[in-house]
Amino acid sequence: MSDTAVDTDEADQDVPKVVSSRFDVADGHTLDGYTRSGSFEGYAALRRVLTMTPGAVSELVKDATLLGRGGAAFPAGVKWGFCPPGVWPRYVVVNGDESEPGTYKDRLLMERDPHQLIEGSLIAAYAIGAAQVFLYVRGEMPHAQERIAAALNEAYEANLIGKNILGTDFSVDVVLTWGAGAYIVGEETALIESLEGNRGMPRLKPPFFPAAKGLYMMPTIVNNVETLSNLPWLLNHGVAEYRSIGTEASPGTRLIALSGDVERPGVYEVPQGTTTFRELFESERYGGGIRGGHELKMFIPGGASAPWFFPEQVDLPLEGRVVGGEGSMLGSGAVVVMDDTTDAVRACLRLVRFFARESCGKCTPCREGTVWEEKILQRILDGQGRPSDLDLLLDVADNISPGPYPLAAYAEADLEAIPFPPRQTTICPLGPSSVAPITSAIRRFRHEFEDKINRKDSIPVTSAGMSNV
Amino acid sequence: MSEKPRDLEITEPVEITLNGELITAQNGELLIDACERNGSYIPRFCYHPRMSPVGMCRMCLVEVDTGRGAALQPSCMIPVSDGMSVDTESDGVAKAQDGILEFLLANHPLDCPVCDKGGECPLQDQAYAYGPGESRFVEEKRHNEKPIPISDLVFLDRERCILCDRCTRFADEVAGDPLIHFIHRGSHTEVNTFPGEPFASYFSGNTVQICPVGALTASPYRFKARPWDLEETESTCTRCSVGCRVTVESSRNEVLRLQGVDSDPVNWSWLCDKGRFGFEAGNSRNRISQPLLRSESGELSEVRWNTALDGAASAISAAVDGRGPQSVAVLGGARLTNESAYAWTKLAKGVIGTDNVDCQLGDGLPAELVLGLPGASIDEVCESGATVLYLGPDAKEELPVLYLRLRHAADSDGVKIVEVGPTLTGLSPYVAESITALPGETASVVAALLDGTSEHVQASALLRDASDLKVVIGRANLAEDETITVKAANLIRESVPGATFLPALRRGNVRGALEAGLSPGLLPGGAVLAGTVPPGWQSVPTEKGGSASEILEDAANGRVEVLILLGSDPLRDFPDRSLARRALAGAKTVISVDPFVNASAELADLVLAASMFSESAGTTTNLEGRVTTLNQKVTPPGTARDDWMIAVDLTDRLGADLGVETSAADLLHEMAEFSDAHVALRDGDPVGDGVMLDISGRDLVTPAEFEVPAANAYSLRLVLNRTMYDKGTLLAESPSSAGLAGESVVKLSAADAAPLGVDGSTQVKVTSEHGSVIVAATIDPKVPKGVAVMHHVLGDVDAGTLLVSGDPVCDVRVEVS
Amino acid sequence: MARLTPDNLLLARKIIARFPKPRSATIMLCHLAQEQDGYLSEEAMAQIAELIGATPAEVLGTASFYEMFKMHPVGKYCVNVCTNISCQLLGGEELLEHAEEVMGIRSGSTTEDGMFTLEDVECVAACTEAPAVQVNYRYFNKVSPEGFDELLEDLRSGELSRTIPPHGTLGYVRQDLDGDRIANITPPSQQVEPVWFPDGDSDEGPAK
Ligand SMILES: Cc1cc2nc3c(=O)[nH]c(=O)nc-3n(C[C@H](O)[C@H](O)[C@H](O)COP(=O)(O)O)c2cc1C
Ligand code: SF4
Ligand code: FES
Repeated sequence: MSDTAVDTDEADQDVPKVVSSRFDVADGHTLDGYTRSGSFEGYAALRRVLTMTPGAVSELVKDATLLGRGGAAFPAGVKWGFCPPGVWPRYVVVNGDESEPGTYKDRLLMERDPHQLIEGSLIAAYAIGAAQVFLYVRGEMPHAQERIAAALNEAYEANLIGKNILGTDFSVDVVLTWGAGAYIVGEETALIESLEGNRGMPRLKPPFFPAAKGLYMMPTIVNNVETLSNLPWLLNHGVAEYRSIGTEASPGTRLIALSGDVERPGVYEVPQGTTTFRELFESERYGGGIRGGHELKMFIPGGASAPWFFPEQVDLPLEGRVVGGEGSMLGSGAVVVMDDTTDAVRACLRLVRFFARESCGKCTPCREGTVWEEKILQRILDGQGRPSDLDLLLDVADNISPGPYPLAAYAEADLEAIPFPPRQTTICPLGPSSVAPITSAIRRFRHEFEDKINRKDSIPVTSAGMSNV
Repeated sequence: MSEKPRDLEITEPVEITLNGELITAQNGELLIDACERNGSYIPRFCYHPRMSPVGMCRMCLVEVDTGRGAALQPSCMIPVSDGMSVDTESDGVAKAQDGILEFLLANHPLDCPVCDKGGECPLQDQAYAYGPGESRFVEEKRHNEKPIPISDLVFLDRERCILCDRCTRFADEVAGDPLIHFIHRGSHTEVNTFPGEPFASYFSGNTVQICPVGALTASPYRFKARPWDLEETESTCTRCSVGCRVTVESSRNEVLRLQGVDSDPVNWSWLCDKGRFGFEAGNSRNRISQPLLRSESGELSEVRWNTALDGAASAISAAVDGRGPQSVAVLGGARLTNESAYAWTKLAKGVIGTDNVDCQLGDGLPAELVLGLPGASIDEVCESGATVLYLGPDAKEELPVLYLRLRHAADSDGVKIVEVGPTLTGLSPYVAESITALPGETASVVAALLDGTSEHVQASALLRDASDLKVVIGRANLAEDETITVKAANLIRESVPGATFLPALRRGNVRGALEAGLSPGLLPGGAVLAGTVPPGWQSVPTEKGGSASEILEDAANGRVEVLILLGSDPLRDFPDRSLARRALAGAKTVISVDPFVNASAELADLVLAASMFSESAGTTTNLEGRVTTLNQKVTPPGTARDDWMIAVDLTDRLGADLGVETSAADLLHEMAEFSDAHVALRDGDPVGDGVMLDISGRDLVTPAEFEVPAANAYSLRLVLNRTMYDKGTLLAESPSSAGLAGESVVKLSAADAAPLGVDGSTQVKVTSEHGSVIVAATIDPKVPKGVAVMHHVLGDVDAGTLLVSGDPVCDVRVEVS
Repeated sequence: MARLTPDNLLLARKIIARFPKPRSATIMLCHLAQEQDGYLSEEAMAQIAELIGATPAEVLGTASFYEMFKMHPVGKYCVNVCTNISCQLLGGEELLEHAEEVMGIRSGSTTEDGMFTLEDVECVAACTEAPAVQVNYRYFNKVSPEGFDELLEDLRSGELSRTIPPHGTLGYVRQDLDGDRIANITPPSQQVEPVWFPDGDSDEGPAK
């Protein structure tokens, strides 16, 4: 179990480490380590919070514009405010189901700094008046589960969780629970279903958003692990200092998992909006350049669900709004770099297969459509493609996620826009996400598809995707 | 799909734009219903108006604009709100819907020619109407083993399934039997049962009706007919007194299928499996098509109607001449239409002059209660926020669709039910509180609840605080005398003057038969026998007759010479089995009017072949007093005929005239003319959901007091009740259901079983003062300490031999044999 | 086997008690059963159904939704090779092929000796360490074909038996489920306002 490369360079103190300051502290996961090391004193924020009114805590978080790090970048403070007044009990659900391909940050936060997450969860619980916190960790992460369990036991012992926390009236339990292998459970309403013991199938919203009717149809705040892990630092350093990092619209930092064809893949904490993709890929501090001196062919700026970007977009800053304006998303902070040796069709199939395998099966277009897309792409790779397949693929995609809706950048490049954010014939964006790689790949690399269709020889593929569910 | 949006009274109107036109809809109702009601039918598969929407199939996508721009939304999930604008016909909507259809068809086997649903399949219809001509899906389709049985009655073809969640939602949400479920995920999702645990739900047939494709099929109908060969008529199920509305579908003079009709006040489109599949009995080869007369050699053999009727008439005349009119008795009548029931009342009371007439067999409620108590309808009992005192048989077993309504009321509409009875029931998981009343204690437990002395403080407060108490009243235990129930009813009336009552009657048309006067001391419409002669009648009996048990007693000791069994089978249905046997042996002439030679008819001297459900037209009255029509769909076998015709013929033979000019309807009209209860029928015949009788209650006599003996050496009290599937004639004659009846058992609480050494299925001897039986014992968590439960007409063990009618309770001793 | 042992039954009851509604414990109980038996048996699902007040069909419906629950016995070690995009780019698919070859089985099956089950899996959140492999959900990073062979060897020889428990076991450390520091569980029906939460907008001050 070798160590993951993380940005641990002590010299780079120009950017404060908001959430990753204990990643390289050997005992940073223990209560002792948490209170002794890192960029703030562990549980000092909780102590401070307990002297404030819950409303003041919410206000502070709202003022900081703490954007959700789970993908949708919705401001946490605003979301907390959606709990209907006077309706009890309320619940906090911590979304530690991290499964978006390319995304690797919540696991680190849970394994290496579990107390930071617990403290953040307690702050959220205090602010909204939650009766219980459910910490839902992805099933396939036993190490994270162990670290959190140990941290919870320590924190209970130290009267930081449970009855009359630190001698105050504030009482809340944090219950560790975990999943069992289903990407869709990361979607907040599916997560709630799963927590209720059901199949993880999303609920339609509207009519009900979890903040109003969530777990057991009670007000429920679902927040991502990284979102909550920001709270202790924020409460320690205050809004002004927090807002001094990043940009006006997107303050603070983000943990970016940079993977794929770069020399130095790793998880880096970067300020939002001030770093460009080029810097991320090329600087010695981060990616160290495209692997083996190859050229960049394309990259995914925010996880498998995000439409692809191409070399002309490398100078965009890592900021949600800008990336969004260009027709993709920063999503969950997963940047996947693909160099010029990458087979666009193969990459496309791999991503589509992911969505086909992970569809919950509730909506007809997602259940039937993603598998259909996968079969067509597989056929093309197998040398059984037909010229009509590309239009068929695009039309099937269109029936899952109707588009296109022109965006300026695409019009200029004489490309039809990718329908993003996706319009959908489905309940949740999973099915429509499968459309992102298809439209990205076909519109940019149509010739690669056509070559395969025309060549008619089978490209050997592995049995990936053949194992049963 | 035949489901219609529910009738709705607009109380909170909002204006929305539907395809450019302003329409008015009810605030909060679902868009899909609002559009349909206003002429825009939106295609759908998963939505069902009687279940909560899930938005799975996505077929109902329309463009909805609530001010933030038009977006595709599933209309089955979107509540209507003021100012909403909806487009159901735009190009975007059409494209999306075509896309969904193509996705649904991608893996569908398209085996329409061999599919039961072919011809009435919304998927097929949609595909023809909107679908692309040729499939673009060239990949291999999903394969699954062809139909697998998921229960004794239902088969599942997973290849045809479109995963609409209707059957699974029904099982969970409506029936409360989540025994079928989605298994696996994504494109591997399938509906299935847990291995070794079939979908044994009393309501499984509904899933077949609501399956939008041919994935679920019912064994009684599979491959029997194509929808276009079927003719249908609306009618009412008469298997129990709930009276669910149905369509009867037949082909070539054979009933092939019953489907539930969405009757808002009654069954909401649901049926129980006994009702749905019970039509099979009508097609049984054991139906009699000619009258049967016991010959010299002692065999029953076919005779012509003239011979049979002459025989019956002369036996009656001889008895009347010899011992007076009361020596003729009529037992039964709950199977009959209202018209036939009235015809027989008139024959018995007006022509023969006997008041020894009872349509119930000692297992019902006294007519005094049914007609005397101020009534509550099913809707009133289930009305949101109501408080209900439930004193009756296990509704899940005996009044299945009433159970569905009560379950929904408790589960979704906040109805608080306090259940008082000798065992837990199918309803128990949903009630506010279940309170045990051991046999004999029903009245005292109720009294304590109402006067505040009960230890069940919460239940007591609930009942005492109810502004408008509803009481479901019936008999949970056939071994407890009916007087105890009467006592409880009187107590309730005294302490809660405004309480209203829904009688939990058992057989199909008991209420209709009672209202027609098939009960001692009564005339049609509940009038008391007191010398007044109804118009159209010549006379009325001078002497009040006896109840079923008195009639049987009189037959046993020879005072009743002619015993007419009007579609009744006392040997199977009268709880006191020994008395029934003695009565049949004691009566000089036993005449059975029945479609079958049932156990009692085996001993009759004459059997008159009667028609059955779907073979005769008329009306029926359900437990709440709702009169609905029964339509004829097929003809009875041979020369079998309607009960009222037999009455007319017999009256002729007795030298009188029943007054039927043209049809049975004349009988109903005659009754309605003088019966105050039937006033609603004076304006015309019932249609659709029917008309309610006047159920405001009439003052009738209070029965005698009773004494419950202290428990004696016989340490357990017997509860005798019914299960849905038993060995009754109609079930036995329905091939697909006959096998579902269980074996005889005695059920004990764990506390009583342990000291006896009873564990799994120990054979025990159950002994009462009057007899004993050997039967298997099981432990049942629904049974409280101190009680032994046996089921009526189940298996070969005759629990009825343990009791004697008239005893308030029946104490038994259980020993390992 | 198959039904929960008395110890596990006790644990199961404690797990249930931590949730406002028993059914919420479904997944945790399925894990517990899988930890005991190495897979999720029908008997266990039926027992879980009893414990949480559901039907076995409902438990199966939930369990079968999630990949980690195996309804049949699998190898002692589940070897999961990630082939999703980040790993694919760095040879995940080739590694899977290699694994199939050296293990002599197709992905999705189990070796005859019952030692290994091989699966190709979706992203396991180790994208910067591609290609990634999990054995019973323990991570192995940047696995080369040679590294994979060594891994198998170590697993076979028992070298890793202390760090990698048999299939079904997740965390070695569990959350303590009882003790007097537990606040309470709040069932949704119990609609109480938290004592430390001031009414509406009133500035009642902090928790005391
Ligand atoms: C298909 C899908 C998968 C998702 N997976 C995750 C996930 O693994 N982790 C996560 O935190 N959020 C995930 N989300 C986003 C959540 O629905 C939700 O927005 C988020 O947890 C809210 O937390 P935040 O506001 O703190 O970001 C997913 C959303 C979708 C549609
Ligand atoms: S879009 Fe796919 S994953 Fe999302 S709810 Fe629908 S079927 Fe499930
Ligand atoms: S009918 Fe609305 S989604 Fe199926």
